[in-house]
Amino acid sequence: MAEAHDYKAIGTSPVRPDGVDKVTGRANFGADLNLPNMLHGKVLRSPHAHARIRSVDVSRALEMDGVYAAISGADFPSGAEGDIQGEGGGTVSDLAQNIVARDKALYHGHPVAAVAAKTPYIAERALDLIEVDYEVLPPVLDVDEAMADGATLINENLHTNGDTSQPASNVAGITKFERGDVDEAFAEADLIVEGEYRTPTAHQGYIEPHACTATYSEEGKATIWCCTQGHFDVRSLTASVLGVSVGDLKVIPSEIGGGFGGKTVIYLEPLAVKLSEVSGRPVKMVMSREEVFRATGPTSATHSRVKVGAKKDGTITAASAWIAYEAGAFPGAPVGPGCMAIFAPYDLPNFRVEGFDVLVNKPKVAAYRAPGAPQAMYAMESAVDDLARELDMDPIDLRLMNAADEGTQAPYGPTFPPIGIRDCLQAAKAHPNYTTPKGEGVGRGIAAGFWFNIGMQSSAEVRLSEDGTVTVVEGNPDIGGTRASMCLMAAETLGVPYETVRAHVGDTESTGFCNVTGGSRTTFATGMAVVQACEDIIAQCKQRAAATWDIDADQVDWTDGEAVPQPGVNVDVQPLSLADIAGNAGRTGGPILGRASLNAQGAGASFSVNMADVTVDRETGKVDVVNFTAIQDAGTAIHRAYVEGQMQGGAVQGLGWALNEEYVYDANGEMENAGFLDYRVPVTSDMPMIDTHIVEVPNPSHPYGVRGVGETPIVAPLSVAANAVRDALGFRIPDLPLSPPNVLAAIDDREGA
Amino acid sequence: MGAYAYARPTSVEEAVSVLASAAEAGQRTQMLAGGTDVLVQMRSVDRDPRTLVDVKHIAETNRVEIGSDEVFVGAAVPSGVLNENEELKAIFPGLIESADLIGSTQIQGRASIGGNLCNSSPAGDTIPAIIAAGGVCVIAGPSGTREVACEDFLTGVGTNVLGDTEFLLGMRFPRPPARSGDAYLRFIPRTEMDIAVAGAGVALHLDADGNCVHARVAIGAVAPTALLVPAAGEALVGTQVDDAALAAAGAACSAAASPITDKRGTVEYRIKVVGVLCRRAGAIARDRALGN
Ligand SMILES: Cc1cc2nc3c(=O)[nH]c(=O)nc-3n(C[C@H](O)[C@H](O)[C@H](O)COP(=O)(O)OP(=O)(O)OC[C@H]3O[C@@H](n4cnc5c(N)ncnc54)[C@H](O)[C@@H]3O)c2cc1C
Repeated sequence: MAEAHDYKAIGTSPVRPDGVDKVTGRANFGADLNLPNMLHGKVLRSPHAHARIRSVDVSRALEMDGVYAAISGADFPSGAEGDIQGEGGGTVSDLAQNIVARDKALYHGHPVAAVAAKTPYIAERALDLIEVDYEVLPPVLDVDEAMADGATLINENLHTNGDTSQPASNVAGITKFERGDVDEAFAEADLIVEGEYRTPTAHQGYIEPHACTATYSEEGKATIWCCTQGHFDVRSLTASVLGVSVGDLKVIPSEIGGGFGGKTVIYLEPLAVKLSEVSGRPVKMVMSREEVFRATGPTSATHSRVKVGAKKDGTITAASAWIAYEAGAFPGAPVGPGCMAIFAPYDLPNFRVEGFDVLVNKPKVAAYRAPGAPQAMYAMESAVDDLARELDMDPIDLRLMNAADEGTQAPYGPTFPPIGIRDCLQAAKAHPNYTTPKGEGVGRGIAAGFWFNIGMQSSAEVRLSEDGTVTVVEGNPDIGGTRASMCLMAAETLGVPYETVRAHVGDTESTGFCNVTGGSRTTFATGMAVVQACEDIIAQCKQRAAATWDIDADQVDWTDGEAVPQPGVNVDVQPLSLADIAGNAGRTGGPILGRASLNAQGAGASFSVNMADVTVDRETGKVDVVNFTAIQDAGTAIHRAYVEGQMQGGAVQGLGWALNEEYVYDANGEMENAGFLDYRVPVTSDMPMIDTHIVEVPNPSHPYGVRGVGETPIVAPLSVAANAVRDALGFRIPDLPLSPPNVLAAIDDREGA
Repeated sequence: MGAYAYARPTSVEEAVSVLASAAEAGQRTQMLAGGTDVLVQMRSVDRDPRTLVDVKHIAETNRVEIGSDEVFVGAAVPSGVLNENEELKAIFPGLIESADLIGSTQIQGRASIGGNLCNSSPAGDTIPAIIAAGGVCVIAGPSGTREVACEDFLTGVGTNVLGDTEFLLGMRFPRPPARSGDAYLRFIPRTEMDIAVAGAGVALHLDADGNCVHARVAIGAVAPTALLVPAAGEALVGTQVDDAALAAAGAACSAAASPITDKRGTVEYRIKVVGVLCRRAGAIARDRALGN
């Protein structure tokens, strides 16, 4: 277990610095900015899921009173090249065509043109005047259809893995990993379980719709205000779509009302800049909820098959998986991470996994918390549950028997440093929600979860004010309370009270580069930069104190927020506090500013074990979650309540995905439930209080032992719910969501009703 | 392009004349009660400018009167007011629980059962309860008032018998005798903030021996309008409202349903669940009647 640390700030749960502004409505979100003479931009979207665009004519819209600009794909540079750097990947050309269609509309809701007008209402009416000549093509709506022989091709120039010697295909890529002798190992197994599973298209469901305002100046420079998980990425992506330099764009992030991965990409920004350029006025664009559903980031629906072989004693000898992910209209489903994550909790000498990145006529998928892992691990963790039943073994014991450990070679290559899967399993086994016998008619489910977490590039500046208060400036939009975590780490390092530290999220021109708030990287990587910048401050403070005392800097210690002479150094002086040194800075060399920039290595993987009790109404098919327990390794919890909040939020999102959320399409590929009334995320009263238990196995690569915690929480709940329903019903329903109609139909099928 | 306008009549006559002159001028009007449907529609499916005629400032539409034979509920009374009326709750617990299902506390501060009925959604939650309780719509128009039984008020999805120059004043309900009870249940996949996939309202009277002497059963969300299901009521009358009678009533509801398959559920699902809801609501209504 973790060694005990005597932290003062770390591990507490103070109020977040941005909290009061957010609960009083003072905070500004994406749609809150208004500028003089501002216009309102609206997007014309394809009413067809798949169509060739013969022509787009915006001239009649331009004639309308109050309309100042109307643009289409023809107004953007064609032939943009290169790959996108960052978490999501993909090509610039695909991104550009997703922002506005060129010769083909690839999903219902795909932008085709845009207008800017005096009011949103005029802009909407103007859209009706844009003439688009479509040749409607048959839509391809799921992976099975897309992968079938003779399927309609979504992109006639797409060849699997770029291999042009093969015919064009809807399968953009195939990923394979294999270790050991899988067939031999299955042959040695005493028992094999197999399953075939499906998960639906699901949306991140952030409450704040995408919004931005752009203003373009005559010197060819533009400023963009938007809600995003990463304004440096908005800058580079927008620049590449517009064919301009990043130096021409300044991006100012607003507060953000949720992203979950879906705001690591761009949709409106290049359109707003172009509309502003054409009209000569600032242009604001705000999506409706319907647009958010129809045209932004769902995560992949999947179809998968998993096979697990084991000895009678429970030792898993081999596992194999086949997983097809929907990519939407352009390549880029999270196949790689899904395939790498699927077996991560286990020490497996023999496995094979094959993943497919498959085009369908749906919006281009975007990252969603632990992209790819929930779907893949849903399949594996369901199969492991079935294996435990076949073996008549406790599902935790079965997992403990096969769990990975420090030194195990991860299925995806590296050797694990210290990891927390065993600690999580043991904590689950001892948890009162597990040791308490389940009630009458109750089903209990358990599953493991995992996410890699990432490091990447971050910068931070720490500034000392003249009274000794501290400002941390960094470039990661605060979604989950990261300002509070930065302040806690700064307070701990400097040895000052949390309340004297403020954190500021700087725009692209006022702070150094930071990759997105994504990949559970911010507290880890940007936190590391903040700690290093604080150490820089401490080094400077020691120098100032040494100069004041006329001794060497290496004769000064920094203890509890004060410079003190090292033991044995013979000077008769009082300690100098941060405030003393800051107040005197003008006389000792000028303002004190610490900085750090880094490319963080060694993001520690975070494992979890979740469990739940459910009941099923056999006459209506409704599943009620009676209790849910989230256990997760946080490395070190910097802000305890926000770590718990991540665990609880991920559990609720995962349960929503498992139980009710899904895109419902008609035969033409139009989403029928593009609103929160019928795309059913859970409401508070649907959920029990989510019990949490934080495991802390410190990550040796971070100064305070942090592991990212934001994504792992959504991974296990899908299989937890499915395993619990399996337990309650006595049979498994392999296709999500476990919505009342689906569950009742499965019960009726089973009972022959 | 037209503009939005707002009228705030303070008498029935004034309201009718606002409607009549707009109709004459070929201008579109829409009545506004709590606005919990209207405002949502103005921002989504129906943005075209129109004159909103506020019905909340007329004495008659705000009246709640509990007489010895009859109960009157004005069309604009917010469900929050109804929910806090203990006397009404004791008389029509099912009707009041249907009003209490609408939205949240905030929504109920505004939402009226008159608005729920006039919005005429197949899934409106209070409608089956109003029908089961024997509600009669009192309609104001240029030539005075007319009355239409609630089950005859609805003509289709989002449509009803109201003409351009008419509006709903309120609803009259016969006051139930002793040993009566009503109940409404809906099915939603969530616990709240959702729209009924199916709903069933049951109102019944029992005699001193516990035999059912009168029963009305209505269903919602399983046909273009909420429906009175006479066969389900008949299945209960003359019985002790036992499991067999409830099953027969449930089967009658399933038989009367003509739902569609949509994003909220399949035909099979809705047919089955409306029967389940009828059985469960019937048992609650019976227990309430026995407790009277
Ligand atoms: C968050 C939320 C949750 C909701 N939950 C539910 C729910 O669970 N169940 C449910 O059934 N509904 C629900 N609704 C819908 C709505 O609240 C109800 O239909 C409500 O009863 C409407 O009443 P209102 O007074 O607000 O009507 P309004 O919005 O004012 O009017 C509704 C319609 O009736 C017409 N109208 C109103 N009064 C009159 C009149 N006197 N004469 C003629 N026409 C009139 C209006 O022109 C309009 O077409 C919900 C709405 C929201 C916003």
